Amino acid sequence: MKPKVAFYWCASCGGCEEAVVDLDEKILDVANAVDIVFWPVALDFKEHDVEAMPDGSILASFINGAIRNSDQLKMAKLLRAKSQVVVAFGVCAQLGGIPGLANLTDAKGIYAEVFKDGVTPERLHQNNGHSLSLPEFFDTVVELGRVIDVDYYVPGCPPTPKIIGAALGVLLGSELPPKGTVLAPDEALCEECPRKDTRPEKMLLKEFKRVHQVVADQQTCLLAQGLACLGPGTRAGCEALCPRGNMPCTGCFGPTSRVRDYGAKALSALASVIDSDDEAEIARILDALPDPAGLFYRYSLPSSFLGRRRME
Amino acid sequence: MPETFEPKIVAFFCNWCTYLAADLAGTSRIKYAPNTRVVRVMCSGRVDPQFILDAFAKGADGVLIGGCHPGDCHYQEGNYKMLRRFALLKRLVKQMGIEDERLRLEWISAAEGERVKTVINDMVAKVRALGPRAAASQKEVA
Repeated sequence: MKPKVAFYWCASCGGCEEAVVDLDEKILDVANAVDIVFWPVALDFKEHDVEAMPDGSILASFINGAIRNSDQLKMAKLLRAKSQVVVAFGVCAQLGGIPGLANLTDAKGIYAEVFKDGVTPERLHQNNGHSLSLPEFFDTVVELGRVIDVDYYVPGCPPTPKIIGAALGVLLGSELPPKGTVLAPDEALCEECPRKDTRPEKMLLKEFKRVHQVVADQQTCLLAQGLACLGPGTRAGCEALCPRGNMPCTGCFGPTSRVRDYGAKALSALASVIDSDDEAEIARILDALPDPAGLFYRYSLPSSFLGRRRME
Repeated sequence: MPETFEPKIVAFFCNWCTYLAADLAGTSRIKYAPNTRVVRVMCSGRVDPQFILDAFAKGADGVLIGGCHPGDCHYQEGNYKMLRRFALLKRLVKQMGIEDERLRLEWISAAEGERVKTVINDMVAKVRALGPRAAASQKEVA
């Protein structure tokens, strides 16, 4: 009998599902090697089908997306019970991801912004003896590992086909890596960046530039050109996709294993290249980075030390 | 806020200047608010922003960093490195809802025992006025 696997999405954009489909014909090899027993985006299995399975009967569940409502929390717990291995797939499940930026506000703030003058959704609606309910919308978004036990992490927004292929190889191999392993190289992105050799020995900047303000040179180190490239603080594995496309790294592969708070470390790395000892000049240089939380915690706010903006 | 609120201030003092100043304050019998927990580091440049955010996350009401005056760093420019990180970190913690007075950087030389008192007393008073940095920052989930 082929091992069973499940895919599920929580608070995510669908890009991680797309990434699985992006495996192209390799997905046929995957389908040959395993039985996909649950995958809402592609196959017609329902929640009650999962509920009916014996505990631990699924070899591995790949869960993408952060946890932002009670339904996602319930499904994550259900899949945990039914699976021998849970893989947090993509940066939202790993560190909180883009949906985690909601932690700069709260449920009330989001409702006020999104539904401004409109109708606010009711949790429970009753009509003619029928009732409809919506899941509870949490104030705080959290990464998957905070609500269930996670065995492995596949980083990326989304994980690249190469990373997914390698991760599947590891999981189907004879020897499993230690629990908690992030299935990607444990070194900085600069190591696999094609612009690596143009990186100056001592990086010093008098000015940061934003991507819409310059046409970046195609060959030289983006940070040396003044763009806030987070490659030095980010895990390798994507083969420097963004720098190859002439865009700075935004940090979607998260930190390497020695770092506990990605944003704090990335901030430290970027601040250290400022070429000034003068407070006023430093302040002027930093004005070019108007949203530090959005820049440094773009993918990792829920998993940071502070986790969220202080709630009033 | 309970009337008995005593702020907890985590202080990172550099080995060569500010820590010696605190030592001098002690041997000179200078009295100041007992609210700081001093962590000695070799240089203010060693203070990783992770230490500061970790302190806040673990319940510190304020974080104080003390280093050598500009130009006086034992390691030439460690204090300038801290200055750059601090400037950026200040902007970040503001977005996270942490008030300005809770995070402070001071240059205090080994001779300035009196200044340790002034700075700590001033910071404790300001943080006490703000109240506890509440468990409000904790990551609650259902």
